[in-house]
Amino acid sequence: MLEPASALQLVLSGDPGLFAIVRLSLLVSLSAVLCAALIGVPAGAALALTRFPGRDAVVVILNAMMGLPPVVVGLAIYLLLSRSGPLGSFGLLFTPQAMIIAQTLLVAPIIAALARQTIEDLSAEYRDELTAMDVGPFAKVATLIWDGRFSLITALLAGFGRAAAEVGAVIIVGGNIEGFTRTMTTAIALETSKGDLPMAIGLGVILMGIVILVNALAWATRRTGERYGAA
Amino acid sequence: MLARRHLLSAVFLAALVAAFAPALAVPALAQDKSIVVSSTTSTQDSGLFGHILPMFKAKTGIDVKVVAQGTGQALDTGKRGDADVVFVHAKSQEEKFVADGAGVKRHPVMYNDLVLIGPKADPAGIKGKNIDDALKAIQANNASFISRGDRSGTHSAEINLWKAVGVDIAKDKGPWYKEIGQGMGAALNTAGASGAYVLADRGTWISFKNKGDLDILVEGDNKLFNQYGVILVNSEKHPSVKKELGQSFIDWLVSAEGQKAIADYKIEGQQLFFPNASVPGA
Repeated sequence: MLEPASALQLVLSGDPGLFAIVRLSLLVSLSAVLCAALIGVPAGAALALTRFPGRDAVVVILNAMMGLPPVVVGLAIYLLLSRSGPLGSFGLLFTPQAMIIAQTLLVAPIIAALARQTIEDLSAEYRDELTAMDVGPFAKVATLIWDGRFSLITALLAGFGRAAAEVGAVIIVGGNIEGFTRTMTTAIALETSKGDLPMAIGLGVILMGIVILVNALAWATRRTGERYGAA
Repeated sequence: MLARRHLLSAVFLAALVAAFAPALAVPALAQDKSIVVSSTTSTQDSGLFGHILPMFKAKTGIDVKVVAQGTGQALDTGKRGDADVVFVHAKSQEEKFVADGAGVKRHPVMYNDLVLIGPKADPAGIKGKNIDDALKAIQANNASFISRGDRSGTHSAEINLWKAVGVDIAKDKGPWYKEIGQGMGAALNTAGASGAYVLADRGTWISFKNKGDLDILVEGDNKLFNQYGVILVNSEKHPSVKKELGQSFIDWLVSAEGQKAIADYKIEGQQLFFPNASVPGA
């Protein structure tokens, strides 16, 4: 039985394997959040500001998609990217890119749904001002996104939390290949299956530390932004 | 005023993109000389690959990317063309894989053996029995038994062992028989936590770190023999298969050097896998 401190010792000794795993986790999850933001924020804004028949159903479905099961998304992407699947010729299965694609699909609905709510609320609040300014729809959307930026950062963090914590999708499409597609969460799953529970818990603690760090950075950015904005 | 806001949001977005764009490009580098091997949880969880792959890399410069799955899933991954080589342990399924044209040729590599693990208190009293009597006793006593239930090599070996004592487990199982549908390590964790019996490969058992109250109760029965084979995926079915690199991995595994590397892997002084590539019919 290993000492419970073994994972901590890994950190303190600057273990290169652990560093690679942490780096890949951040790379995959942050890239997925970025891609999901580029899709989700405009999509959420569009949904917030347009009215069409069946819109309520779309909003309900979008909100429900925040609960997409990672394993199902992983399996769908697996079948798409497999050499026998429609996108097989790209050879993306069992690569970090496949993991980013899967997590983007998981995170985009969260960002879109929260962005939709934020922008819809702001739009109602600023209705008169926006009408008075008499600007085009794109300028209007850009203004609302900018005014809602702090709430939208929270939406991005919710998405990041989802991506950093999930294991079901990345283990299927990434394959948990050592030194290539092994992330914090798949490493935790592997250590658990090897019966090395102290190491698994230790890695879990490190993962939580990283997520807290990312959130702290976002919070600091927000604080700085508020001060700058107020000045 | 509004224009300035636009400018600000554009800068904000551009900064975000600039921060992440290099990250997106990184994973694409230097993956040319590598193969994907779909293999079983037993070879990975036991640490065998961690021991032999660096030697193979040093000799050939080829990176071997291992995707560890149950034997059934590993063969399926090969059949879909998502792996270049499959390295598994279920001879009849491997032969079918080759007969179906999914694989080129099966090469025997090594064996280890299965052991029947259970709580030290041994409620069904199986310690020291042969595997047939032990399984009968477990069923007769309705003693908790954890099955992998994941179409892995160990799972199909387990089903065959039940069949050998006249039990059609799909029909005859009761609440005492629990299929968890997970890997070897997870099955051992579950057995340990619930005081149940479980069939495991010796390699995973020796390297398993959460043994707790579990111990080997039945071993050494020649019915518990567990043969591993390696197969190159058929590049006629899937042109993306890296034929030459995959074949050089197989050639190395069955070579004197590869066989020695396998034999040399020990945990706590115990050899985990026994090379037998040159044994006819293995």
